[in-house]
Amino acid sequence: MAHIKKKKKAETPPLSTASLPDIVFMLLFFFMVTTTMREVTLLVKVKKPQATEIQKLERKDLTTYIYIGTPKSAELGTEPRIQLADQLASVGDVQQWVILQREAINEAERPKFTVSIKADVDAKMGLISDIKQELRKAQALKLSYSANPAASVEELYKAY
Amino acid sequence: MGSRKRGVPEINAGSMADIAFLLLIFFLVTTTMDVDKGLLVKLPPWSEEAQEPPQDIKEKNIFVVLVNAQDQLLVEDEYATLEDVRRMAKEFIDNNGDGTCQECRGLRDPASSDNPGKAVISLQNDRGTSYNMFIKVRNELLGAYSELRNDLATRKYGRDYESLSESDKEEVNAVYPQFISEAEPVEVGG
Repeated sequence: MAHIKKKKKAETPPLSTASLPDIVFMLLFFFMVTTTMREVTLLVKVKKPQATEIQKLERKDLTTYIYIGTPKSAELGTEPRIQLADQLASVGDVQQWVILQREAINEAERPKFTVSIKADVDAKMGLISDIKQELRKAQALKLSYSANPAASVEELYKAY
Repeated sequence: MGSRKRGVPEINAGSMADIAFLLLIFFLVTTTMDVDKGLLVKLPPWSEEAQEPPQDIKEKNIFVVLVNAQDQLLVEDEYATLEDVRRMAKEFIDNNGDGTCQECRGLRDPASSDNPGKAVISLQNDRGTSYNMFIKVRNELLGAYSELRNDLATRKYGRDYESLSESDKEEVNAVYPQFISEAEPVEVGG
């Protein structure tokens, strides 16, 4: 009986980690490019409504946001308020502010200027309508009611 | 000059990965990939005087949706639930009373809209209507149009509306143009 010599187990060669920095750098650049730092600190609570017929806003730089919701700090009451940029504002400020925002962008692209209303589900239409009137006065006629995608229409009926 | 030039010692790149990881984690944490999505709406231009409905639009060509302060719906003078709005709006738009719309499959009820080009949907709400309800109704009305357009795209091209080319989309839109008016809020009460 021939004794079969057991071969020595071949050691698996260590994995080369030389390309690890490359991979990490690739990921890093991806996130650096896609990242958008949060521009404003929200002073109001905004829980967006759900909808199914939503469209993506193409250009972020041509969009101005108006936030509507109850203030986060209790001293400011429980009534829904408007937030423009970093501060709370009243309905009367909206027109002037929207005009200023539109002036800031390139003249050729001004027709694409869009206002996105990010309002809380519990806000009342009275306030939203007032803002709509102000936007019409400011000739900012492209409007987006910001909403989160809903899984199905039935889901919307359920909550009703 | 006998000494040999000494090479610059290589920098150890072993910690490069660590530095890159650190940056990566920073960007991972701070990144917010929220794409803003919403219901796109076009507002009418501002006019000083209160909006009067134009006289040349026939009553039967206007589809009135009222939402009161209790978020209850009144569609064409009938109580309705949210589920009904889409179906009723579709029937109204697609009605094709005068028969000028070749692509429509409507009921051709003489008491309803003449053709999709003349059909106008008027959404009226109270100042006390909740934003949530308003968006839901708005969504249903937009949904009625997109369903009709999608049906037409499937009939005509055998494909979804979304997958059509821009010129085909325009053709479909020409059959079903979108006329939704958001009236200024009134006290419809409740």
